Amino acid sequence: MIKIIQYKCDFCGSCVAVCPEDCIEMEEATLTIDQELCIDCELCVFICPFEVLEYVETAEV
Amino acid sequence: MWRQQKFDIIVVGGGPAGSTAARYASMNGVKVLVLEKDRDIGMPVRCGEAVSEEGLKNFMDPDPRWIKSTISKIRLVSPSDYVVDFDMKARGFILDRRIFDYDLAQMAAMEGATIVTKAYVNGLLFDGDCVAGVKGKYLSEPFELRAKIVIGADGVESRVGRWAGLQTQVKMKDMLSCVQKTVTGIEVDERRFDFYLSKKWAPGGYIWVFPKGKNRANIGLGVSGKYCREKSAYRYLDEFLQHCYPNHSVLTTVAGGVPCDKTLKTIVTNGLILVGDSAHMVNPMTGGGIIPAMKAGLLAGETAAKAIKNKDYGEKYLSRYSREWHKIGGKNHERYYRLKNTITELSDEELDNIAKAVLKIPEDERTITKIFLKAVMKKPKLIYDVTKVFAGI
Repeated sequence: MIKIIQYKCDFCGSCVAVCPEDCIEMEEATLTIDQELCIDCELCVFICPFEVLEYVETAEV
Repeated sequence: MWRQQKFDIIVVGGGPAGSTAARYASMNGVKVLVLEKDRDIGMPVRCGEAVSEEGLKNFMDPDPRWIKSTISKIRLVSPSDYVVDFDMKARGFILDRRIFDYDLAQMAAMEGATIVTKAYVNGLLFDGDCVAGVKGKYLSEPFELRAKIVIGADGVESRVGRWAGLQTQVKMKDMLSCVQKTVTGIEVDERRFDFYLSKKWAPGGYIWVFPKGKNRANIGLGVSGKYCREKSAYRYLDEFLQHCYPNHSVLTTVAGGVPCDKTLKTIVTNGLILVGDSAHMVNPMTGGGIIPAMKAGLLAGETAAKAIKNKDYGEKYLSRYSREWHKIGGKNHERYYRLKNTITELSDEELDNIAKAVLKIPEDERTITKIFLKAVMKKPKLIYDVTKVFAGI
């Protein structure tokens, strides 16, 4: 699954723009991922300018 | 209170696209509400803040309060530091978007639009297959508000289009992952845009140094999504700053994404219009999005107001807006897109060779057209595109 490191986030919305499943929600200062819809494609991980998102094995969470 | 009022048009997003659409729709006598999710119009600024004087003058006389620098020269730096300087025929500005965006919103308000901040839209209302309003949260309280037309000006992270079934996802290769620092304690030429083109500094994009008055500049870069698997944009920028401006101090750091794409094929549907970054209207080669957003905002506002007067909010009527945008911007953006695809794939060696060839042209005879003609020499099909897009620049 994709983990969010909230304190690093600048809320630029790049991850929302590239997400193929439209499963990322960005309000003024919160970012959430709908894990039910997420397909772990990691596009958000790569596009994030600040390394806010990272892929982790589910067991680690 | 806005939640109890009736509006003809709801604009989602209070950036240049949204404010301009609201301004021109209100000017044409319809009731408009702008919903901005952040607490402030125009902040945080996610932008290099460069515009052309000519572009801005389509809408208003530039106010000196907006302008931090007036630019008349360009410097291109190749991977091995060949420096190409030339004069621009037209002038450019570096804006202070905090002041500029406030004023754009104010212009809309003075025409009668209502603007609300901290109003987060998280869904659309439908009448059958026609968009009929928005739902959202205001200060954490849910609300639903109906309108005849919704204008989606919700930026690169747009979801308004997706909720109505439009394909607005940005492809990785066309997405620029950007970081910018406003830095001080450095020497800059206040009249010059600097661009660094190199796979080593910013693969698939470029680095910009835009002066913001004396000893201050917006220094940023964009890396194509195609190339950011190994290293993130902020690491690329830190490497550049350490190398070229080791003694800089940072005033602000922002992240951003720029959709360097052709305009989306479908930008209207029943009861909905997309405008600005949400419709992928950024100039795909330069990444400049303010003027295209405002041009499209004007068309969107006028078209929506006419649609309301004609009581026809269907896709067919609203597609006048797509056709008009294609004529004044979309078609040229297709040419810029082809040029971008060629320029960003040049190797560092090829870029150095182009710089060397351009340096043989005397400085006062260098033009952007001549430089690009050298750059596309191996792709004769693009010569027409170059002459078309740079005519008059």
